[in-house]
Formats: sequence, C-alpha cells, structure tokens
Amino acid sequence: MRYAETGYNLEIDLSSGNVEKVETDPAITELHLGGLGTNARILWDRVPPETDPLSPENLLIFGTGLLAGTPAPGANRTIVTTYSPQTLLMAYSMMGGFWAPELKHAGYDKVIFSGRSPELVYLWINNDEVEIRDASHLQGKGVVETEEMIKRELDDHDIQVASIGLAGENTVYFASIEHARSSASRAGIGAVMGSKNLKAVAVRGTKDVNIAQPKKFIDLCNGVLDYIQWRAENPVKNVPPILAGLGSPQEMAIHDEAWHTTAFSWGNARYRRKGFWTEEVEKEWSNIQDGAVQRLISCYNCPMKCGAIIAYPTLELSKYMMKCYSKLTYVMGAMVDDLEFGFRIAGLAQGYGVDSYTCPQVMAFAIELYENGILTDEDLPDFPADNEGRFFYLLEKIVHREGIGDVLANGVYWAARQIGKGAEAYDSNTIKKHEQIPIKLGMLNPIFFLLHSTGEKMNITQIEGQLPQAPFPEKEDREEFVKDWPQVPSENIKDFFVKWEPRGEYAFPYFPDFQTACELVEWQETMHYIDDSTGICAGLSSFPIKPPYHIHNLPALISAGSGLEVDKDELWNKIVRRNRSLLRAINARRGLRRKDDRPPEDHWKKRFPEHEAKLLDEYYKFKGWDEEGIPTRETLKALDLDFVGEDLEKRGIYNHGQSEKES
Amino acid sequence: MAKVKKKVKVINIDLEKCNGCRACEVICSAFHAPEKYSLNNPARSRIRMIRKPLDDIYLPVYAGEYTASECMGRDKYVIDGREYDECDFCRASCPSREAFKEPDSGLPLKCDMCEDDPPQEEPLCVKWCLSDALTYEEREEEVEEGEEQAQDLTQEEMERGLKALADKYGLDEMANIMARMLKKE
Repeated sequence: MRYAETGYNLEIDLSSGNVEKVETDPAITELHLGGLGTNARILWDRVPPETDPLSPENLLIFGTGLLAGTPAPGANRTIVTTYSPQTLLMAYSMMGGFWAPELKHAGYDKVIFSGRSPELVYLWINNDEVEIRDASHLQGKGVVETEEMIKRELDDHDIQVASIGLAGENTVYFASIEHARSSASRAGIGAVMGSKNLKAVAVRGTKDVNIAQPKKFIDLCNGVLDYIQWRAENPVKNVPPILAGLGSPQEMAIHDEAWHTTAFSWGNARYRRKGFWTEEVEKEWSNIQDGAVQRLISCYNCPMKCGAIIAYPTLELSKYMMKCYSKLTYVMGAMVDDLEFGFRIAGLAQGYGVDSYTCPQVMAFAIELYENGILTDEDLPDFPADNEGRFFYLLEKIVHREGIGDVLANGVYWAARQIGKGAEAYDSNTIKKHEQIPIKLGMLNPIFFLLHSTGEKMNITQIEGQLPQAPFPEKEDREEFVKDWPQVPSENIKDFFVKWEPRGEYAFPYFPDFQTACELVEWQETMHYIDDSTGICAGLSSFPIKPPYHIHNLPALISAGSGLEVDKDELWNKIVRRNRSLLRAINARRGLRRKDDRPPEDHWKKRFPEHEAKLLDEYYKFKGWDEEGIPTRETLKALDLDFVGEDLEKRGIYNHGQSEKES
Repeated sequence: MAKVKKKVKVINIDLEKCNGCRACEVICSAFHAPEKYSLNNPARSRIRMIRKPLDDIYLPVYAGEYTASECMGRDKYVIDGREYDECDFCRASCPSREAFKEPDSGLPLKCDMCEDDPPQEEPLCVKWCLSDALTYEEREEEVEEGEEQAQDLTQEEMERGLKALADKYGLDEMANIMARMLKKE
C-alpha cells in the first residue's frame, strides 16, 4: 500500500483524447518526495529543452504535494509545472484551495497533460471515470462562471474546478489558472493551458488517503494546531501587524496597510509614498473593506482565513473570492488612491484569469510609455485621461489581445523589446523576464540580493521566509525574540540575529559574513522547497516568522505520513538539494546563466557591484554550482543525479563561452 | 414514573464563524477509520459541509438516523437572503443523496459524538474547528426513568446496518447469504 500519496498519475493526451492511469515508481517518491520535486523530474525526463512552451510537445503537470489531502493542517497545495512562455524557464506556480485533496481522494497524485486538443475541452475526473468533455459553451467565460456552470451541469456542488479565463484562452503570457479562492498565477501557466485548448479540470473523489503511522502522525498534527492557537494569542512583536501572525498576510481581515502602501512602490515600480497612510485613509479604506468583505474563508483543512468572499454593490462581477495583496496591486500600479477601485478591477481581472502581480505592472508600464511619447494615440485610440479608466481600458485590450494589447499581453520584458523606441528603459522591474514585487529600497540587503537573484519561482514572497526582514533596533528586543525561536536550523542564526543592527559594524551590506548569508538564504529556500514538495502551505510553514511547521518537526511528519524514513539530514542535504539542483539543471538546459541571476538595477539605491559578485560566487560554491551557477557533475552525482550531469556535459553546457546560447 | 437527570451532549453551530475549511470532515473520517487515524476521507465523514461559497452558504451538518425512503417534497428555506434546500439541514442518511453513507458499501453513517475509551474531551470536529464555528457543551435534561439507559450501541449499529443492507439488496438475498455463511461455519 502507498501512504500519503496514491501511487497513480493520470496521463491525458489531449491530441488523441487518450486517457491512462499509470502507476508511479515509489523510488521516485523517495528521491523527490512529490509536488515540485516529482513534477521537475517528469519535466526533465520527458520534455526536451528545445520545446516551445506553447507547443503541443510541452507538458502541463498538475501535481499534488506528498501530504496534500492528509490531515496535516494546511496541506492542500497543487503545484503546476511546465515551461513558461514568459521566462522560457521551468514554471512551478502553485495554488491552495481544495483541488489537490480532491484529486488525491479521486485516486491520483498528478494529472499530466500532453498534446493539444483540436477543440476547447475540459477534463472531468470522477474517481475512476475520467472524461474529456466539450467546453465550447464555456469559451470566453470568466473563471467564476466557468466553475459554477461546470458544477451545475455535473450536478454536484462538491466538485473542485481549476480553470482559465479569457486571458488563458488567448495565451496571455501572465494568464493564471484559477480555483475557488486560489490561483496558480506566476509565469504564464494559464497560457500553456490555453495553448492546449483546455478550459478546466474538474475533480470529485471519494476514496481514502492512507497514513503510514497513524498515531504518530495525528499527534504531530495536533501539536501543529495547538501551536497555531497559541500563536494567534501571541503575535510576534516589533514587526508590522501584517507580518505578526501566521498565514499569508491577513489582508482581508487587517485594515492597517501602512506597510504595503508606504514601503512598496506605486506606478511602474517607481514611486514610494512614505506619507500615504494617514488616519483619514485608514478610516476610508476600512469602511470600503468592511463593505466589500462578506466572509473570511480558508483553504482545505486550514484554520487561517487568508481569503474572503467579496460582494460589493458597484462590482462589475457580482461576487468573487479574493486573497492577500491583490486588493492593492491594481490600486498601487494605477496610482489611484481609492480602494474600491481595487476591489472592482481585481474582480474583473480575476474573472479573466490574469496574475494580479504582473498585470498591474504591465498596465503601469504602458501608461509610462504613453506619458513619455513612446506609445501614442495611434497605439491607444480613445485612451481615457484618468488612470482608473486607463487600467480598465488596458485590461480589456490585453485579455482580448487587441491592438497594442497583443504586445502588452507578452509582459513587460517582451513588450518593451517588441515596441522598441527606447521602451526597454522602462522595463524596470523584471528578473529573468518576469515582473517582480514592486519594492525599491535603500541599502543593499545581501540576503534578499541572493534570494531575488537566484530564486526561480519568480516571486519573492514565495521565497523569503522566517527571518524578519529588518533588524530590531533594540538589543533587548532581539534577545527576547531569540529566546523562543525553536524554528531555526542552527544556533548560529540566533547569534546573527542578536548582533544584527540597523547601522554600524553589524549592519548591511557587509554583515553578515558570506558563510552566514549563504546559510540564511539556504534555510529560507530549503523550507520553501520542502513545502512545495509536501504541499503544505507556506503560510503555516516557510513564509511567516515563527511558524508551526519547521525543520525540526517536518521530517517526522513526512515519515509518519508517507512511511518514508526521512530525518533532517536526509530532507535538507539530500532531497531538497536534489530537487533544487535538478530545477537549476532544467533551467541551465534552457539557457539560464549567471547573467540572469540579478535583481533590477534600481532595486536598491545603494549597490555594491564587487560585493554582489562575491556574494554570488560564494553562494554558487556553497550550493556546489560552478561559476555560471550550474550544478557541477560532482554535485549532481552525489545527489543521485549523475544522468543529469552527463546530459549537461553532452550538451556542452559546462563549456562556458563556447556553446552558450543567448537566451 | 419518576424523573431522572440525563446528560445531553450538544454541539453548537455558528454559521457566521465557519470559514469552510472542512477540517471537521477530515478529522471525523480519520478518527472513525477502522484503525484510528489510519486513513481519512471526507466522503466517510459523519459531519458534512454544505458549501456554496458564492452564495455564502457554509453549513456543517451531522449524520443522524438512517431512513429507507426520501421525503415526498423538497422545500426551500430563505434565511437572510440565502436560499437553502430543506435537505441541507437534514441529518438523515437517505436515498436522495450520497452524504452519510460509506462510499464503498453504502452503509449508513451516524455521528456518535466521538465515543471513545478513554473518552475524548470533546468531539474531534469541535477540537479541530479553531474558528469556533463548532463549540461543545454538556447539559442535563430531565427524562422519565428507564429512558436514560443507554442502549447497547453495538447491537443498535448492527441493526441499523442490516436494515440498510436489507433495503438495498432485499431480505431474500440477505437470507441466502446468511444461510451460506452458517453452512460454512
């Protein structure tokens, strides 16, 4: 018997309509766990690096985390993996909600789509019955409507649906896959789904998920719940309210948006408005939010309430579900000071299925181009005068790929190059061709420098983690903080934190030393890699400060759930290193090199090019990668991935400067 | 007849507090697994969430009595602008729906308040509901003497199960199987 996982994948060839249930190899689970890890392995094994992301040869893999669907609180994530049309690298966007547990209960760990359907279809998985169904009546429908229509026509409210909107159908490079209150938004995976003519995947399952060591597993789960309750009564001190609790930032419940509105940049990641958050704004925005939020909601088996049902009389859409910071991204991108605009446009954009990080930035970029004469009235006929109107206008153009929208739909990086006329200079906030969080700060932060540069999830909030983002000014507060910090992997991190000062000898950029900086980065990165393979939500694990899941209880949880024998060393030094190196190798094979590992030029005002180069050198060495950031043959061999190193060697990827292709 | 005190177990359900996470279904099905916590499956749970998020309907319902036949009509309730099916509130394991039946055998399920030895402090759905949509209390009620005596639960459960099987397969078929089983012994 297989534990935690089902041991079966569904293989769907959309070109031929062939459906197969395939038993998986338990040895692959041992090597890569599940979710991200096993997805990456399938992508490496089966999709050649020269594959065009939007071609039928690309695979679209919906993978569940190893523990998704078990009673582990917050284990509900779906990891969607493919090659990205936007970055051309591996995409592994993820979503919470209810989809992954439902798929497990239907008896599958993954659904792997290949080929391209001749007509728009959706997949209906009802335990052992799997059917490709006509979706012509769903063409052009928003994701909320699509979900409702599918539930109605299959006559079951317990069905879980993941779908794309018009943006995905029109292969917008930042199209998302949407499900309930969640979405897998990054890197244009919705466009890949659209390119396959796949509108939705609907799932219903009523089978068991088995646990290897029941008593031990449930005790660990109860411990996690106890800690969540304790933590709710004991928020972390000395950090903004939005970072003091668990979950993803509680944007739907908390009114205090001082941190986002004053620390993050507005417009095309340009303007910081340090004085924005006044009592007056807080009062007005609180009223708007209270009027819009009908109920705080959660994902499967999770006590947090990171999402909300939004119902507002002026909504273009009657109702939708929202999470996290998307209420602000459009507001801040458009420089419109009205939160109601945020709720209105976010609902419309979600219906179309676009990434709420990237989309507002693309639109802000277009407005900048217009204001600087690079885009003209010819490109933007009848362009409204106000930014609110402009955002609604641009959104329609983009999702319909109409006129200039056809170019903007490829994201800032590609659009800038297609438009030319100096537009490249306005591509101010992309890394690896992908829009990043609009945050521009003063002093180089060596830890975030490495996270931003080398992260391949294309989203800093999904890479950063348990280390407070800034030092506490008072030493007593720092000492107090570390007294109760069992989550750290080693004691020297506490020493670092106690020493860490806002300025002086123990301040950025030369503090901490290289070794400690690498360890801090690896700690945060490792915790995310574990979550992305187990399907436990980062909001209870790798993301917040002092979370209930950490490196000292996760190995036991994984072992008790799955029956694998995993200790801290095996998890950290073998499995995570293996998955991280494999992902790096996949991207190296697609052309990723050192030159791509860099944050936007204006990310910090104070930059230190030599120190930054040294940081990268040291981090690569620390990871067992060469000077171009490619895992060495020895590193790969030690991680049971010698066949990967062999392939890289055969392709000449280690011969730097000789066979390296411009990406 | 004389009146005596009887302990009544009560789960209070506050629909406004429910965040729809289904942890109640998860832990219920895990606790009631053949070996405790060895598997979980909301389809086996004795509490089910009626969830219609966009209609703001979040309604946990507990499995009650088995019934062989469904109701003649289906009424609608409108409460605070939300439209509920009469069945949404019904606890019966009934032919009209899949809820409250074991998915493979079709045998009916019934909430037992997590009866356990040693006893749990509170039903586990309540324990796992950190939103406090479910809370537990015990209160005393006066009943006529004799009624308070606990029935033999195992026998009651067996009877319920057999009755459901008889409804599903017919008494004759069951009698045949019984006869074969007796022969083998």
